[in-house]
Amino acid sequence: MSGPLFQTQQLFVAFGGLSALTGLDLEIEQGRIIGLIGPNGAGKTTAFNAITGIVKPSAGRVIFRGEDITGFRAPVIARKGIARTFQNIRLYGDLTVVENVMVAGHSSVTYSIFEAVLGVGRFGADERRIRKKAEHLLSLIGLMEVAGERASALPYGSQRKLEVARALALDPILLLLDEPVAGMNPSETIEFRELLLRLHSDLKLTIGLIEHDMGFVMSICHKIKVIDHGIPIAWGTPHEIRHNEKVIAAYLGQGD
Amino acid sequence: MISCARTTVTRDRILTASAVAVLLLFIWFADSTFDAYSIRVLNFVAIYIILAVSYNLINGVTGQFSLEPNAFLAIGAYTSAILTLTPKDKAAIFFIKPMAWPLSEICASFPVSLLAAGAVTAFLAFLMAVPVFRVRGDYLAIVTLGFGEVVQVVAENLISVTNGSLGLKGLYPHTNLWWSWGICIITVVCIVRLVNSSYGRAMKAVREDETAAQAMGINAFWIKTLAFTFSAFFEGVAGGLMGHLITTISPKLFGFLFTFNLLVIIVVGGLGSTTGSIIAAILFVVGGEFLRLVDEPFAIWGYEYPGIPGMRMVFFSAILILVMLFARSGIMGRNEFSWRGLFDLTRRLIRGDLLGKHGASVGHNVIALSARISQLFRRRG
Repeated sequence: MSGPLFQTQQLFVAFGGLSALTGLDLEIEQGRIIGLIGPNGAGKTTAFNAITGIVKPSAGRVIFRGEDITGFRAPVIARKGIARTFQNIRLYGDLTVVENVMVAGHSSVTYSIFEAVLGVGRFGADERRIRKKAEHLLSLIGLMEVAGERASALPYGSQRKLEVARALALDPILLLLDEPVAGMNPSETIEFRELLLRLHSDLKLTIGLIEHDMGFVMSICHKIKVIDHGIPIAWGTPHEIRHNEKVIAAYLGQGD
Repeated sequence: MISCARTTVTRDRILTASAVAVLLLFIWFADSTFDAYSIRVLNFVAIYIILAVSYNLINGVTGQFSLEPNAFLAIGAYTSAILTLTPKDKAAIFFIKPMAWPLSEICASFPVSLLAAGAVTAFLAFLMAVPVFRVRGDYLAIVTLGFGEVVQVVAENLISVTNGSLGLKGLYPHTNLWWSWGICIITVVCIVRLVNSSYGRAMKAVREDETAAQAMGINAFWIKTLAFTFSAFFEGVAGGLMGHLITTISPKLFGFLFTFNLLVIIVVGGLGSTTGSIIAAILFVVGGEFLRLVDEPFAIWGYEYPGIPGMRMVFFSAILILVMLFARSGIMGRNEFSWRGLFDLTRRLIRGDLLGKHGASVGHNVIALSARISQLFRRRG
């Protein structure tokens, strides 16, 4: 496998006549943390949705580990090793915290429904393995004390963390985080940053993230892509992005 | 900690096994001492539990609103009836038009016919699920509602198979308490085990948030199809049991009212709770029989009540309205029965602290407040 771990080539997404994303080229090399930023409505979440198969790209290609995965269905892409979190937290509210993480273990289940119904064969071993792994991830992320609570009863910051734990249960190679620190206070953000860096090095993750908290993005990302109105306008290191005139203009508006 | 969890599991298993033993003992007792009417009611309780629990799997657990149990019940009843009737019976019943050839000669035992009823129903459900679950939304409700009507029309017009609107008469009353309650127990065990497996978690994830479930590698289409087919199997078996309980089946019997009743049961029980479905099914059948007394004339405190046929449905509706007003999530919400829950409840009942922690704080406040008020009065005095 040569070339980057993950690549989009001229990715377009259009909803009817509205083009939400216009020609996104994004490369993520193995082991990197990449930021995707831009003003509200720039098409960042649309890009994530197109990559993970939640919306169908209208044109372009998505290549992951040398394989063209454009237009694959969301569960297939998830099983290939791209996990994500959602901007508007989408937990399974009525399930417990540990069950939320265990759901992501379903793709690794080897027992059939008949084994499940009879409680024989690989059922017991598989269930133990999935639960153990979920509990391990919860303790890694610091939510083990609330494992038995309903997910919807958790405070906001913990729900964000739970989304990450659930995504990690897929054993992802590439983890996509959609505004992971939105709504967190500064100390929570710093704590989350530490957690993310620890996961990045411990689990050998490659991470792509969308975020509006510039301090967070600049301090954690190796490279940053900026898009505005669906159009990519800049690509570079945090330092380059900070001094890019187009980026400043996009965020602050252009004077005469 | 682990060993503690293991002993709890063993304890729960022993308790469950003894509960089943007590239930079987009760059935044996009922079978040998109860009158025919009570036995019939008990049979219906078992059949309604099977139907409610399997209907809850697709509507409550997987969250896919469907309206088909009457159709599956009909298919199951017809399939098993066609199989258990002997060639001689069939020749006698089909006097408008003789029965189509291979069917007229087939004859199978009751258990085989029940399995066939389940299999045929599950297969049809699978065929229906494949196009329907390709799209999201309420299509399932519309398609399944239409399917119920189609089944009735087919049953009325496919005379060489179903004997049309005359129906099938003279089925041997195979269904007894052992069959109905035995299958009821098997159904409940199967569905509870399925719900508590990874497949069940995937079903609940699809209910809670389909997009997020897909993003976690769950093929929502297959999970929905699985839940639908699984519930159809047991609904078909229940149809076979019902046919051999009432011994006469006709297309008109399996109207939409069945589906409506089951919908009421699973909503009142708590959508998504298997325990709730069981409790509500028992209350529905037994309560429905009990409320028959308002249909008949009686005298109370000198007032002569004339007895209005259908009055019990008014009572039923009133109870339903009350449930929807004051206990919107049903009897159980989405909670399930557990031995630990039962022990906690009895402990609290003994302590007289039914509302738990919250109740305790309310009680505490009431005491504090009354102490305050009494203080005020003392000062004035």
